[in-house]
Amino acid sequence: MPSDRRAIAFRGGGFSLQRKRWASVIAFALLLLVWQGAVSFGIITPVFLPSPWSIARALAHLATTASFWRDLGASSSRILAGWAIGTLAGLATGLAMGLFSIARAVGVPVISALFPIPKIALLPLLILWLGIGEPSKWATIALGVFFPTAIATYSGIDGVPLSLVRMAQSFGLPFGAILRKVVLPGALPSILAGFRISAATALLLVVAAEMIGAQQGIGAFVLTTGNLMQTDQLMAGVVVLAILGLLIGWGLSALERRLLRWR
Amino acid sequence: MELVADKVGHAYGDLEVLDGIDLTVGAGEIVALIGPSGCGKSTLLSIVGGLLRPSRGTVSIAGVVPPESLNPFTFVFQDFALLPWRTVEGNVALALEHHPLSARERQERVGAALARIGLAEFRDAFPRQLSGGMRQRVGIARALVVRPAMLLLDEPLSALDAQTRELLMEEFLALWLGERVAALYVTHNLWEALRLADRIVVLSRRPGRVKLMVPVPIPQRERGQPAAQPVLTALHEGLWDSIKTEARLADREMSDA
Repeated sequence: MPSDRRAIAFRGGGFSLQRKRWASVIAFALLLLVWQGAVSFGIITPVFLPSPWSIARALAHLATTASFWRDLGASSSRILAGWAIGTLAGLATGLAMGLFSIARAVGVPVISALFPIPKIALLPLLILWLGIGEPSKWATIALGVFFPTAIATYSGIDGVPLSLVRMAQSFGLPFGAILRKVVLPGALPSILAGFRISAATALLLVVAAEMIGAQQGIGAFVLTTGNLMQTDQLMAGVVVLAILGLLIGWGLSALERRLLRWR
Repeated sequence: MELVADKVGHAYGDLEVLDGIDLTVGAGEIVALIGPSGCGKSTLLSIVGGLLRPSRGTVSIAGVVPPESLNPFTFVFQDFALLPWRTVEGNVALALEHHPLSARERQERVGAALARIGLAEFRDAFPRQLSGGMRQRVGIARALVVRPAMLLLDEPLSALDAQTRELLMEEFLALWLGERVAALYVTHNLWEALRLADRIVVLSRRPGRVKLMVPVPIPQRERGQPAAQPVLTALHEGLWDSIKTEARLADREMSDA
């Protein structure tokens, strides 16, 4: 290069993340290894934090007991029932608030006022109303699920471009068809994102509700084993909850991939 | 069938955008509507298409609506207004699904419209996979499939690059000269209007009033020929002179607002 020429300095790097799968795997393995080592070499007392290995053993044993599957069944059915009730009510309310000015005017202040209440605080009241059985737990979960679903639904409808609705009207589509073919598909990404939040809320609330007033369920199991200082069992219960959360997340991702193929 | 706008005026709240518009569009006639930004061109189109209630005046149809037309006044939108979750075929079919047609007839019509506009091989593509020009072709196919009596085109080419615009203008002409569908064509591009329209209506700046109505005295198919250029250029000059002042004032108004 002649002396009067200089290369232009590169300054466009960074701010662009790449996928580094190996780093994730190695870091995770390293974490487990350090944890196992810390317990094995007596740095951590197993009763406070059992080793990954003993948690895995406890989990394997647990899977062979009938009571574990009863607990899992109880928690799952509560999540399912509560989530279904809350989702249906939330979708209906959100739809009304997305479509009708009156429903919006009534709904927004009510939802804004009630949304911040930690729903688990209402469990004692719901137990008074509905008894200690299943319905009070369903209602707690349903309440927690209702609000994010309603909000995701009406904000999803808000996000549907008005130009698409006008287009449909300009071709003479009736109201029901516009709702089915334009508004709902347009709101679907937001509704599905709401499902993610509501599913996480349902998982949180089922555990909390079971810790307050239940004989069965993973939440009750975790609480009982904690009281008995059976920390390996306790952690196994926590792992089960984590797996439950992961499964729900995967299910929703699969649903999104299927329904939002067009994105 | 003839479209008659009678003293149409419109205001958004206190903002007067249209005032005393008298306009007719005859059967098979192509009328271009031009004027500075914000003069209410698109508002007028929405009123004609029944998407907006005018504050004053009426829009009516004189004569017989062609019985084969499923949607006599049919829009082609600037932003295409395609449903992103439907394929090309699905977007075109949307216009027919609520009409009592057999599934076979619907498919045939959709297929014919797609073939007509050169989209047959893209029928299963989603809008995001298409170029702007292709997307607007879908918009045109969707408009054709209902056999419109009058197309309402709201700056259909302004979101496209210059080359695509040329191509689509040629296709518009082929369509119009073939089927003689009437059209009300909103644009802010004078050359576009001079290429396509039988008659050019110039609106003043806001509130839009009809300032000028100029017939283009050369048949569309001859406008590409060298002999037509002096006439078109003279027309362009005359029209631009009358628009320039308005546009300048409108521009100033917009930037003040």
